[in-house]
Amino acid sequence: MGDYVRQLPQGSSDMARAPSLAMRFHIDVPLLLLLMALTSYGLFVLYSASGGEMSAVIRQGRFFLIAYVLMIAAAQVSLQRFARWAPWLYAMGIAALVAVAFVGVGAKGAQRWLEIAGFRFQPSEIMKLTVPLTLAWYLADRTLPPQLRYLLGSLALLGVPAFLILRQPDLGTALLIAASGLFVLFMAGIGWRYIFGAVVAAVSSAWPAWQFVLKDYQKQRILTMFNPDSDKLGAGWNIIQSKTAIGSGGWSGKGWMHGTQSHLDFLPESHTDFIIAVLAEEFGLRGVLILLGLYLLILLRGFWIGVQAQTSFGRMIAGSLTLTFFVYIFVNMGMVAGLLPVVGVPLPLVSAGGTSLVTLMAGFGILMAVSTERRMVTV
Amino acid sequence: MPHSIAIKDQNREVRIYGARTVLAILIVLGCLGIVLMRYFSLQITDYEVYKVQSERNRVQLQSLPPKRGLIFDRNGVLLADNRPSYVLSIVSERVEDLEATLTEIQTLLPISQSDLDNFRKKRKWSRAYEAVPLRFRLTEEERARLAVNRYRMPGVVVDARLLRHYPHGELFSHALGYVGRINERESYDLDEEDYRGTFHVGKVGVEKYYEDILHGDAGFQNVEADAHGRVLRVLERHNPTPGTDLTLHLDIAVQQAAFDALGDRRGAVVAIDPLTGGVLALVSTPGFDTNLFVNGISSVDYSALRDSPDVPLFNRAVQGQYPPGSTIKPMMSMAGLQSGLVTPETTVPDPGWYRLPGDSHRYRDWILRIRGTGHAPEVDMHMAIRESCDTYFYDLARKLTIDRMYDYLHPFGFGERTGLDTTSERRGVLPSTRWKREARAQPWYPGETISAGIGQGYMLSTPIQLAMATSVIATRGVRHPPRFVRSINDELIVIPPLEPIVTEDAYWDAIYGGMRAVVHENKGTAKALAKGIQYEMGGKTGTAQVIGIAQGEIYKEDEVDERHRHHGLFIAIAPLEAPTIAVAIIVENGGGSSAASPIARKVIDTWLLGDAG
Repeated sequence: MGDYVRQLPQGSSDMARAPSLAMRFHIDVPLLLLLMALTSYGLFVLYSASGGEMSAVIRQGRFFLIAYVLMIAAAQVSLQRFARWAPWLYAMGIAALVAVAFVGVGAKGAQRWLEIAGFRFQPSEIMKLTVPLTLAWYLADRTLPPQLRYLLGSLALLGVPAFLILRQPDLGTALLIAASGLFVLFMAGIGWRYIFGAVVAAVSSAWPAWQFVLKDYQKQRILTMFNPDSDKLGAGWNIIQSKTAIGSGGWSGKGWMHGTQSHLDFLPESHTDFIIAVLAEEFGLRGVLILLGLYLLILLRGFWIGVQAQTSFGRMIAGSLTLTFFVYIFVNMGMVAGLLPVVGVPLPLVSAGGTSLVTLMAGFGILMAVSTERRMVTV
Repeated sequence: MPHSIAIKDQNREVRIYGARTVLAILIVLGCLGIVLMRYFSLQITDYEVYKVQSERNRVQLQSLPPKRGLIFDRNGVLLADNRPSYVLSIVSERVEDLEATLTEIQTLLPISQSDLDNFRKKRKWSRAYEAVPLRFRLTEEERARLAVNRYRMPGVVVDARLLRHYPHGELFSHALGYVGRINERESYDLDEEDYRGTFHVGKVGVEKYYEDILHGDAGFQNVEADAHGRVLRVLERHNPTPGTDLTLHLDIAVQQAAFDALGDRRGAVVAIDPLTGGVLALVSTPGFDTNLFVNGISSVDYSALRDSPDVPLFNRAVQGQYPPGSTIKPMMSMAGLQSGLVTPETTVPDPGWYRLPGDSHRYRDWILRIRGTGHAPEVDMHMAIRESCDTYFYDLARKLTIDRMYDYLHPFGFGERTGLDTTSERRGVLPSTRWKREARAQPWYPGETISAGIGQGYMLSTPIQLAMATSVIATRGVRHPPRFVRSINDELIVIPPLEPIVTEDAYWDAIYGGMRAVVHENKGTAKALAKGIQYEMGGKTGTAQVIGIAQGEIYKEDEVDERHRHHGLFIAIAPLEAPTIAVAIIVENGGGSSAASPIARKVIDTWLLGDAG
C-alpha cells in the first residue's frame, strides 16, 4: 500500500505528460493506433496479393508515409481555418471539375484527371473532403436542424459537384460525394419527413434512373450482380472468381501467400478493389472478422470524436467523415461478395493505390483536429 | 454572426446529434452485420461449393498423348520418327471473342481453310479448357510474331509437340503410308480417351495397318494452371505408354536401288525375301512426299497429286492390277507338270501360231512377226520358258482347261489378296468359269482359255501377287504370305506359312532350268542381264498389252502413243541354288520386258552384293 502511494505521483506525472505530447501535435492516439494496426494488416495482405513482390509493398508504404504526414499536417490546422478555407476550396474544386470536362485527361473511357505541370490529380477526389467541409461551414452558424431554405441550399452545394462527377462518368465517386454531403445533413438533424421524403423519392426515381440516367455498362453491372452466371467470362467473371476466392477461404483460410485464386490470376484486381477477396481467401472468416473489428473500432472512435466535439462544425464534419468511411467499407466489401454492383470503390486503407488513401488519411487528420480541438478548449 | 449564435440552441443540437449518432451506429452495425452474414454464408455455409470451384479453377486435367512408335528398316535405319514442332492452339474458354481472335491470328500468320475446318471440328468434341490445335509447324518467325502479340490474345497457346516425320520422304511413300490429321469420320471410330491429345492417325499403309500398335496409350496429368492456362506445376501424372516401335523387313538400300532404277517411269517393284515372306522393297512410282500429309496437305498440293495423269497417290504395287503376261509361264509350267498333262520332255510343234481345233482364229506367237516362223519345229518346256514360247502355253492351256488352271495357279497367290500388312490391297483376277459366270454373267469361251495361258485376257495380278508367286517358286512351294513387319518391339514376328505346294523336286528343277535359261542362255529373252553377273539368276520376262491388237495387225512400238505402249514385266529369283530374293517388276508403258529386267538386276545386285554390286 505504501509502495502504491509512493509511486503514484511518478505515475501520474507520466500520464499527464503523455496526453500533452499528443495534444501538442493534435494527435488522437487511439485513432492513430487503430489506423496503424489497419494499415499494417493491409500491407501484409498486399504483399501476398501482389504475388509476393516487395516492391509493391514498398510503393504502398511510401504512399502510407505521405498519407500519415498529410494526416498529421491536417490535424495541425484549426477547425476555424478549415471552415474559412472550405468555400474557397469548394469554388476551386468546382472550377477544376469544369476544367476536367473540357481539358481533362481520360483513362478507360472516363475523363477524371487534370494534368498540371506534369502532375496528375483528380479533382473529384478533393471534393470528397471539400463537400462535407463546405456543407458543415454553410450550416454551422445557422440554427440546427437547418431550415428548409438552408436545406435546399445545401442540396444545391452538394448537387453541383455530384452532377459534374457523374458526367465524367464516375458513378461511384459521385455517389460517395453526395453521400458525404447528405451525412452532414443527417448529422445536422434534418427532420424525419425530409429523410423519408428523400427515401421515397430515391425509390420512385429508380425506374426513371434505370431508363434514362444509367448507362448500359452501369445497368450491366447491376444485372451481373444479380446473376453473374449470365456472363461467365465477361462482367460476371470478376464476381464469380471473387466469390470463389472468399468462399474457398472457409473459416481459417488457405494461409498467407497460399491463395490459389489470387496467385493463379483468377481473381481480377486482386491488389486493388478486390483485395478483400485475397484476405478472405488466405485468412478465412477469422481474418475478415479481425478486419471488420478494426474498422468498427475506427468507426466508433470517429463517432465518439463527433459526440465529444465542441462546435457544430466539428460535430457535423466528424459525423460525415466517419459515415463516409463506413460507406467505403460497406460498398467495397459488399460488391466483392456480390451483394452490391461493382463500382470502383477501394477497400479503405487496404487496397493498393495512393489517391483514395491520401484523401482518407487527410479526412482522419481533420477528425484528429476535431478530437484535439475539444481538449484545447477544455484544458 | 453574433446574432446567429444567439438563436443557436447548443444543448438541443448536442442532443439531436447524440441521437443521430446512436442511429448512425445502429445503421452501421446493421449494414456490417449484413456484410458479415454474407461472408459467413460464403465462407462457412457454402464453403464446400466454393472450395470445389477453386480446386476446379486451379487444377486442370490434361491428356498426355503417347509418343508414336518409330519405324525402322531391317538394319535399324529410321524410316518414320517424331520431331518436335511448334503448334498454335486455342483454349476457347479463355477467349472472349473467338472469331475476332481467329481473324487477328490470321493477320499474324497464314491459316488455311483446312486448318480452320479442322480446328472447328476438333473443337466440337474437345473438353472444356482444352487447347485445340489450329496451326502446326510454326516457323521461328511466326512464333516470334505470336510471342510479341500474345498479351493481346488470351487463350492462344504455343507449345511444342511431337509430329510425325518421314526422313526419306518420297522413297517410302507407298511402303509406309502416312499419318494425317484426324478427320470427323475417324473421330467417331477412335477411342476418345486414347486420342484426346492426339491429332494424327495412320491414314494408309503400314501407318494405318499398325495404328493400334504404333499409337500407344494416352496418359494424363493433373496440373496447376493459372487463369491464362499456363501450367505452373504437375500435381499428379500418369505417363502415357509410348507406341511400339516397328522394324520392317524393308532394306533401305534395296528400296533405294529399286526407286532409282525405276527413275521417272511409272511402275512398281516388289522384292521379297522368300524364306520369310518379308518385303525387302516396295516401290511405286511416282510417289510423293508423305510429310505433306502430316499437317494437312494444302488444297493446291493435293489437287496437283490427285489430278496428275501419273496418279502418284495410287499405290501400283498393291493396287495396280496388270495382266501378268508371260511372267505367268513358269507357274503355268508347274500346273502342267503337276497335272501330269506334260513332262519336262513333252514337246509341242510351233509354227509360230496356234489354232483351236475347228476354229480358224490364229493365236499368234510373238516371235512370228520377228522371224515369220516359230521358235523351233518342236518346243519343250525348257525352251518354252527360255524363249517365252506362246504356242507351247496355248496348247498347255487348252489341255488344262481354265478351271484346272485356276486350281493350280491359285496356290501361287493369284486371284486373292496376299494379306500384306498394309491397306488398299486389290485381289486381281484369276479367271475361272465360275468367276466369269458370277462377275460377268457370261459363259466361258474356249478361246479365252488360250489367252489366259499366256497371262492375258481376263487375268490380272498386282505386283505384290506376282512377287509372292515368284517367291513360292523360290522356296519350291513353301508359301509365306508377304509381310512388311519383321519385328515388333524387337520381337520377331513369324507368320506360319500357308499350306505348301507339294510336288516333285524334279518339276521345280525343270522350272528353275527354264528360268535360268532366260538369263543365262544365249537364246534367253533376258540374256542381256547375264553380262558381268556374279551369281545365277532365274527370271521370266513378260509383256502386257495395254490396248487390244486386232487380228492381223502388228504392234509397232514407236508408232503408238506412249500411254498405249505395252507394260514391261519381269520376275526374278536369285541366287538360283538357294534363292534369298524374289522380285516382281512392272514398268507401265515400258514397251516391253527390257524396260523391267535391268531393274531386277540392280535390285538383286544390291541385295546380294551390297553397294559393291
